[in-house]
Amino acid sequence: MTAPPAPDRDTESGPFWQGLAQHRLLLQECPACRRRRFPRMPTCPYCGTDGGEEVEPPGTGTVYSWVRVERALTPAAADQVPYCVATVDLDGGGRIHGRLEPPAAARIGMAVTPVYVDHDDWTELRFAGPEGGG
Amino acid sequence: MRAAVAGVGYTAFSRDSGRSVLSLATEACRRAVDDAGLDVAAVDGIASFRVMDDSVPAQAVATTLALPGLRFSVDADMGGQAPCYLVWLAAMAVETGRARNVLVYRALNGRSGARVGTMRFGGMGAQFRYPIGYDAYMMYVAMWAQRFVYETGQGEEDLAAVAVAQRAYAVDNDRAVRRRPLTLQDYLAAPHVVHPFRADDCTVEVDGACAVLVTSLEQARDLRHPPAVVASGAYRAGPRPGLDIGDHALWDDYTRNYTSHLRDDLFGAAGLTPGDVQVAQIYDCFTSTVLIGLEGLGLCERGGSGAFVRSGATTLAGRLPTNTHGGLLSEGYLHGMNTVGEAVLQVQGRGGSRQAARHEVAAVTSGALMDGSALILTADR
Repeated sequence: MTAPPAPDRDTESGPFWQGLAQHRLLLQECPACRRRRFPRMPTCPYCGTDGGEEVEPPGTGTVYSWVRVERALTPAAADQVPYCVATVDLDGGGRIHGRLEPPAAARIGMAVTPVYVDHDDWTELRFAGPEGGG
Repeated sequence: MRAAVAGVGYTAFSRDSGRSVLSLATEACRRAVDDAGLDVAAVDGIASFRVMDDSVPAQAVATTLALPGLRFSVDADMGGQAPCYLVWLAAMAVETGRARNVLVYRALNGRSGARVGTMRFGGMGAQFRYPIGYDAYMMYVAMWAQRFVYETGQGEEDLAAVAVAQRAYAVDNDRAVRRRPLTLQDYLAAPHVVHPFRADDCTVEVDGACAVLVTSLEQARDLRHPPAVVASGAYRAGPRPGLDIGDHALWDDYTRNYTSHLRDDLFGAAGLTPGDVQVAQIYDCFTSTVLIGLEGLGLCERGGSGAFVRSGATTLAGRLPTNTHGGLLSEGYLHGMNTVGEAVLQVQGRGGSRQAARHEVAAVTSGALMDGSALILTADR
């Protein structure tokens, strides 16, 4: 089993990864326009206001789109196919990508719940559809 | 002063060139200058682009071509968004008198060397994609394609139509790497690679190079072939284009790419409308970007691109011959430089057996997702 590469964290992203390690999803919310954003960045990409307030949404959301890898494109994925990556619109705002399980269940508009998967030195946010059970 | 493209140069496209990228770049550039009928010593500008250092810089080609000097030099750290943009920059340099004759090239050993299909795109957003297996450019375009066909009420037969129509052109194109005829049944019989894409939805990586020569319209009129006038160019990134080439978490609408954003600039600057376009060369690293591009530029109605292609509108006998070289899907993945090259050949009337009957106005695009560029090339009229 080839382990997925651990994320190359940086100064901006640190709190996000630390949150996941505690099975918490942390997003930034603009203090002016109140829009939530992902990835983390120093200003609001909607209105340009500096800074962001930490919010912790439940991690539930709706599938905006998805892809299912049926033939591995990289050696790291060779023993993982088929797998699905979804683009999820989080309840309360913000859009994020994550593995969706089970891969065969993927549908646009499907409601999903968060699943935290602990790897050796990082924690991954996945999503489960209704059949996945979470 | 107006600018025009006067020459096009290609190397052969192959799976293993056995040559250096510098050798490929030099050959394509020399051929473009020779094609125009210009003395290579008259070249005073070079522009190129590269992804993750897969090419050689303009200064190296200025050296191998033994140029007396450069007045204009660009090495863009960009992918397929670049070709139309660089031709447009070169045209502006010529139009403003900053340079006289500018080569724009793309050269790479894209098959035997670093392959974009499995290349790791660094950047600040990479940490969120690679660990979860969201790790290939094909997946990003597929993510947009899935939403696009869903939201516009289209499906796999619409994607298939693009692959089938373009392969028919490639059968007659000696330069194309994929020339075996393709039917809808062949397409549907193949398994998905990344749903909704099958192998025939994807470009074919190659080793090779392509170059064009941009000069003044005045000078182009005295050269070997009819000028392809640069009537307008445009580059656009929409709002929140992301942290790097693969980051689209902040992009709102996966059914519309940069073509929707640059359409008014592009046609406005040329004094033309989408209805005036007679030949289209739409960037096609994957089939879906042709559909999104046709709709984005207003060349067909929203949600109608698949039906447009299935109707035969993009064939030589149709209303808008499109990707007449077979596209990146079949000719080969020169990251859209060959898409520009084909547009020039069509406007010049040099398309041979795949020449469009009406070829006075061509639209060309470069890019697939958040940002990209486009040109309107016209006959000298």
